[in-house]
Amino acid sequence: MTRITIHRIWKMFIAAAVAASTATAASAWEPTKPVQFIVPAGTGGGADQMARFLQGVIAKNNLMKQPLVVVNKGGGAGAEGFLEVKGAKGDAHSLVITLSNLFTTPLATGIPVSYKDMTPVAMLALDQFVLWVNTESEYKTAADFVKAVKTGENRKFKMGGTGSKQEDQIITVAIERATTPNKMTYVPYQGGGAVAVQLVGKHVDSTVNNPIEAVSHWKAGKVRALCIFDKARSIYKTKITADQAWSDIPTCKESGLDVEYQMLRGIFMAPGVTPDQTAFYVDLFKKVAATPEWKQFMEDGAFNQTMMTGDDFVKWVDAANKTHYDLMKEANFLAAGK
Amino acid sequence: MMSGHTEEDDGPSLVTNGTMEIVLAAVLMLIGAIAIYDSVNIGFGWRDDGPAPGFFPFWVGLTLVGSSLINLFQGIRKSSARETFVTKPQFGRVLAVLIPSILYVAAIGGLNLGPIQIPGLGIYLASAIFIALFMIFIGKESVIKAILVGCFVPLVTFFMFEKWFLVPLPKGPIEAALGLA
Amino acid sequence: MEEISALIGGFKVALSWYNLALMFIGILLGVIIGVLPGLGGANGVAILLPLTFSMPPTSAIIMLSCIYWGALFGGAITSILFNIPGEPWSVATTFDGHPMAQNGRADEALTAAFTSSFVGAFFAVLLITFLAPVVAKFALKFGPAEFFAVFFLTFASFVGMGKGSPFKVLAAMTLGFVLGAVGLDKVTGSLRMTFGHTELLSGFDFLVAVIGLFGIGEILSSMEGGLKFGGAKATIRLDAVFTTWKKLLKYWATSLRSCLIGCWMGITPGGATPASFMSYGLAKKFSPNGDNFGKGEIEGVIAPETAAHAAGTAALLPMLTLGIPGSPTAAVLLGGLMIWGLQPGPMLFVEQKDFVWGLIASMYLGNVVGLIVVLTCVPLFAAILRVPFSIIGPVILVVCAIGAYTIHNSMFDVWLMLVFGLFGYLFQKLGYPLPPLVLAIVLGDKAEEAFRQAMLGSQGSMTIFWSNPLVATIMTLGMILLFWPIISALKERVFSAPPTAKT
Repeated sequence: MTRITIHRIWKMFIAAAVAASTATAASAWEPTKPVQFIVPAGTGGGADQMARFLQGVIAKNNLMKQPLVVVNKGGGAGAEGFLEVKGAKGDAHSLVITLSNLFTTPLATGIPVSYKDMTPVAMLALDQFVLWVNTESEYKTAADFVKAVKTGENRKFKMGGTGSKQEDQIITVAIERATTPNKMTYVPYQGGGAVAVQLVGKHVDSTVNNPIEAVSHWKAGKVRALCIFDKARSIYKTKITADQAWSDIPTCKESGLDVEYQMLRGIFMAPGVTPDQTAFYVDLFKKVAATPEWKQFMEDGAFNQTMMTGDDFVKWVDAANKTHYDLMKEANFLAAGK
Repeated sequence: MMSGHTEEDDGPSLVTNGTMEIVLAAVLMLIGAIAIYDSVNIGFGWRDDGPAPGFFPFWVGLTLVGSSLINLFQGIRKSSARETFVTKPQFGRVLAVLIPSILYVAAIGGLNLGPIQIPGLGIYLASAIFIALFMIFIGKESVIKAILVGCFVPLVTFFMFEKWFLVPLPKGPIEAALGLA
Repeated sequence: MEEISALIGGFKVALSWYNLALMFIGILLGVIIGVLPGLGGANGVAILLPLTFSMPPTSAIIMLSCIYWGALFGGAITSILFNIPGEPWSVATTFDGHPMAQNGRADEALTAAFTSSFVGAFFAVLLITFLAPVVAKFALKFGPAEFFAVFFLTFASFVGMGKGSPFKVLAAMTLGFVLGAVGLDKVTGSLRMTFGHTELLSGFDFLVAVIGLFGIGEILSSMEGGLKFGGAKATIRLDAVFTTWKKLLKYWATSLRSCLIGCWMGITPGGATPASFMSYGLAKKFSPNGDNFGKGEIEGVIAPETAAHAAGTAALLPMLTLGIPGSPTAAVLLGGLMIWGLQPGPMLFVEQKDFVWGLIASMYLGNVVGLIVVLTCVPLFAAILRVPFSIIGPVILVVCAIGAYTIHNSMFDVWLMLVFGLFGYLFQKLGYPLPPLVLAIVLGDKAEEAFRQAMLGSQGSMTIFWSNPLVATIMTLGMILLFWPIISALKERVFSAPPTAKT
């Protein structure tokens, strides 16, 4: 009995060893072991959802021979995850998906990690932000809202958002440029879903939730979309509420609030990898983007489907970092020495 | 203060309760002091929009120091202070599991002590060795049984975590040689 | 009744051989995940999520939610047998469950735990079936002030626990608060007590602390007394399930109270962990055997398990109707729903009737299947205690190390586990109580966060905690519990004074 078991296990080991050695024989580079896909945030958030979705799509369509393994490293507002990738020099089996904390965490906490310490792979999409108020509030447009904050009592308006000194609070600061001299009170919560509910329950006056976090309440007529923080209106024309589609939401700029902000959903890998290795992943994510599942996912979340790789991507990231730096400097969010 | 107490009749006793009360209270006071130190640095006041980040750690740290101080004095004064905390054979048995555990954890990930760097064995090999040696030397079980259990547990773990749930655990030279790392 | 017909429709969806098989697999996987500390329900569901993309959404959610039920059931097993809680909400189960196992009553404790879990879940599913729309509105009333009030109530229900020196209770609790505060401050984003160490960025994870304090601490104490592990004298009684059931009926009041606490916590959503602690604390206060809690009182197993499972189940309601996850596992399930193209929120019950009612029907079925699976295994689980400590001891240590590692994939946590183990051993020997310590680690930072969010909203005014009837009621209840020792002393004096005056 025992002998048979041991024999069988031994066979398995040999099989595994053979499989590993043949895999390396192929000409172009491809992963030789499971690829660790780091999410610099907790389970259940937007980045985590996207990572697990990618994992599923890649597995389902057989786009990669080795499995993609999602690992959450959200400690220190994501610094934990970025530090891990930074430290895995030359390891082509570690990827990280980014959210805005790629920029905000190093700036706000002074933790020594930067996007420059990692190899950029691709921008998958840009996540949108929309200014929401409760349907029962009197504000019909962004201009109404700005005017009310501006002429009302200082700090009386409560803006709910996810995290502290991160994207939602940065947008709040940017909005406050238009409401001088008055400021809003920013109340940080743990997740976007909770923030949307706080708005429905009237515990806050406004939010800048991502479309997917608020869409269900929008559909149910509980919240009103005032404007979208993008250059141009959304391209999705399917009606979500009785009379509005994503494309019917005006941009903030056209409604008199000159603020633009989008969140990077991009992929980076460890420093010191070869161009071959980066090319494999660029190709992989291009294949993902061509799947019908991905297109549906983009539409459900009303994402801006800009995909960038190479130099374009690097340029975009540099510019985004500058924007974050300026806004955070103005808001006094920078860590000492930054 | 240290373990050198004077009770002649209590031969195998190693440490008294009183001593351990003092040691633990002192450690807790130190932790409280760290909390206070840090909150003073980041601000512990009450700002106009509520407490500063250091407000809670400051007061909590202060309470920890205060209550530990009381525990310290009560620990010395209490009647049980002179009673035995642990006898020599008891302590020996605790060390018999504590020291192997420490070595086991060190063996998993290796150690990085500046000039001395010991590479880790990975969790599977370390676990196999730990279980087998523990069973042989501490548990006085038969060698064959020890080796069987020692191999079986890591193997089950390996398939469960690496293959089934796709959770990577620390690996070492064995897995690398087999192409599994 | 519209709900009944919808539910029958749901059963038609859920009752296929394929779905039943998935339920069975899900429960088994869930039990395994719940047993392994560190690999919690949230991780388990997240890991298996991509596998379900090729299934129809209803089948997928049935399997994933069954993993969730399984994990809820499974968390109790290691808590009772080895004093190692597999999940945060099983911590309170160790307080009486493990002493029961040490007294050779492991089978009884397990049966009580599983049955209570089932009762709690069943109660919550009934609530979801018939009161979903009403209850969902209740959840909207909870802002930061209300959340703080809930945490306050949980702490207050724990005051006076344990009979040790009050200053040791205070020291243990404040130590928990200090440890809980390490890491990134969620309200201002500044770092606290990390001193430049990146390992400390994510703070001390509650599970690492618990695995160390309880699991390793227990092994060290067992070693001190020789190579013995309590419970070895356990005889395997095949009728344990039925004899225990008879006993359980006596505690219907505790069960009902725990169901209500659990549902409330699941819906608001405070979560299963505060629910289990609060329920345990209140059971101890109200039980005539309150003094025996912590020594192996069956009521001390019923209360936390009922509440935890009721909360875990009820947490799916705010997830489905509002899109807010009531627990980390619900958060992952929520992500799953979105990936399948189902948008959780107020419209889900209208637009995806088949899916919603299929899921609700599967909650009934899944829990029944789960109960049968785990109950049949009771003698098996109890028999594990008969394995000599010289074998099970090192294996437990290995499982603890793996558990501590998998929480954050970090070796640092494994070292930390050993340190906590040493503390657990010392604390136990010197009469420092562990429950306040773990309660403070798990809820301390959440309570602080809610308090500071409320303060931000009220511009620093404390009156917000009495600003509406809901929050005022919870705060007042908390106050009453906090001063309960004084109140009960007064009550005693008032009621016993007249007779003494007469004599």
